[in-house]
Amino acid sequence: MTLAVGIAGIGVLAPGMAGWAQAAPVLAGRAPYDPAPLVPPAPTLLPATERRRTGPSVRLALAVATEAVQASGLAPEELDTVFASSNGEGQVITSILEALHADGGAISPTQFHNSVHNAAAGYWGIAVGSSRPSVSLGGHDGVFGTGLLQAAAQVVAGGRAVLFVAHDVPMPPPLDALRVTTEPFALALVLVPGAGRHGALGLTPQDGAAALPDLPGGLRALRDANPVARALPLLAALAGGAAATLDLPMLDDARLRVAFAP
Amino acid sequence: MTPLRITAITATSAMGVGLAAMRAALHGRRGGLAPCALPAMPPGIWIGRVREAEAIDPPPPLGAFACRNTRLAELALRQDGFVAAVDAAVARHGAGRVAVVLGTSTSGIEETERAWARAGADRALTGYDYARTHDLHALPRYVRARLGLAGPCVSISTACTSGARAFLDAGTLIAAGLADAAVVGGADTLCRLTLHGFGSLELLAKGPTRPCAEDRDGISIGEAAAFALLERAGPGDAGALALLGAGASSDGHHMSSPQPDGHGAVAAMQGALDSAGLAPGQIGYVNMHGTGTRANDAMEDRAIARLFGDAVPCSSTKGWTGHTLGASGALEAAVAAICVEDGLVPGCLGVARPDPSFTARIAVANAAAPVDRVLSNSFGFGGSNCALVIGRLA
Repeated sequence: MTLAVGIAGIGVLAPGMAGWAQAAPVLAGRAPYDPAPLVPPAPTLLPATERRRTGPSVRLALAVATEAVQASGLAPEELDTVFASSNGEGQVITSILEALHADGGAISPTQFHNSVHNAAAGYWGIAVGSSRPSVSLGGHDGVFGTGLLQAAAQVVAGGRAVLFVAHDVPMPPPLDALRVTTEPFALALVLVPGAGRHGALGLTPQDGAAALPDLPGGLRALRDANPVARALPLLAALAGGAAATLDLPMLDDARLRVAFAP
Repeated sequence: MTPLRITAITATSAMGVGLAAMRAALHGRRGGLAPCALPAMPPGIWIGRVREAEAIDPPPPLGAFACRNTRLAELALRQDGFVAAVDAAVARHGAGRVAVVLGTSTSGIEETERAWARAGADRALTGYDYARTHDLHALPRYVRARLGLAGPCVSISTACTSGARAFLDAGTLIAAGLADAAVVGGADTLCRLTLHGFGSLELLAKGPTRPCAEDRDGISIGEAAAFALLERAGPGDAGALALLGAGASSDGHHMSSPQPDGHGAVAAMQGALDSAGLAPGQIGYVNMHGTGTRANDAMEDRAIARLFGDAVPCSSTKGWTGHTLGASGALEAAVAAICVEDGLVPGCLGVARPDPSFTARIAVANAAAPVDRVLSNSFGFGGSNCALVIGRLA
């Protein structure tokens, strides 16, 4: 069973990748990779009171979503959305756990409502004034492949464009020892029926673990530093602009075969 | 949407372990809430605890998944012939064509809370497998392995709509052709993060929650696991229980306060009706999200009244179970199934007088009535809304 979807817009944010225009030549091997530290930008789409309440995970998600939707030329409030994150609001959750285990520690209502896994989706809806359906997924190390599959299924079943956003930031201590994520990484794709300006994908779930294709040294380290960065081989294919077939991890015994046609 | 047959369904909550116990509690109007005896929780609250799950262990090859959420999921899976029904679906379709789509808000975070409490000066968290407990994907991974399935594996976490969204998103996978059947549902368990979190919002009731009551004073938190097996309906399935429609929307308003006029809730309900091809008058009972907070119940009353006027009885069953968060949509799908099968409208529990400002038809006593179709609401933080229509196939 193969799902076919087009890509109408791309957004990316990671160390050394400040948006698709800057990242594409790096990913295509035409420019050197310089892993400059990333500071997630404040989401200017949100009113100031809401903006102040957002943390790095939400900020990353909103930044890449904004870039991808602008590139697509589609109206943001008309897009259904699929958000995917392995660690989600792990930084907020850790700060709550800190408070709960401290003497006399109290947690704030804002902290609590910001701890939900769909916080990024909620802020996106507020930012663009959308009432369209939205879902938020986990997926551990398979979060990107699983999320892409679900988003593509939505495009195929519903016949309409979907904004897919995958985002993860490092866990703070002490959870960082149990869930190693050392760099932030976020990626958004506007997926459409048929073909898009960035080409088309054929997606086929298959049995067996994904064999990870080789990447230049700096990018290989980045891929291993964040679950969403497992998408790097796909981004490299999109940047290279040549037909390619690659696998994305989903589970120990399941992978997503991706055929890219420019 | 193309209706999906509900070949099997089961639920375990404070109302009872499995559908027979749940059915008896609903008909007998016996709730499962009790004063909270768990340590380090907010004082003076009531909870919906499933003590029977606390002694359950996952089968040995899956021992690394052991945590409060897995124990409750495992107990639920053992009820109502659910495993045998999934085995039969595997025989029909093949393991690779059966997806697992499950919702949870906090997964096995209670295991991290325990490790945190026993950590030494170095603060190291030890003695458990993070990826198979705390991580959101732990729940569908466990159920997929436990049931021997090999189809797509999806974890959904949209706060308190997670369990309902699982039905909708599994329907999407089946409609796209990625699966012929899906195990859907959700599990969420009591933990310090959620109880203190709702405490910080000053939304916890002082006694058992009384949704829609004039003097309602908040939520009681509960825990639950509920699962259903969805399959494409065939020509011989007329009269069978089915997911007839599903709709979703976003508020785009605030992270934790519902949009007061209920636009988002109306959009989700209307979407579910449209997807089922039904008019409001064809719904026999609305199972409300009905958390028992002042704001949610008032918003939901307005939203229901806009679509249904006062023509359709509605109530919340959270007085029996508490608000089971990411499991509530799945748990209340099982409530809906019982209402359809038994012709039951379960009135809100412990409510002497519904809020006189409400204009929808709030039921506060049980009534026997033909209930061919139930609309079930779920709303969550982040402005997430989802409604399901469950009934008999035409």
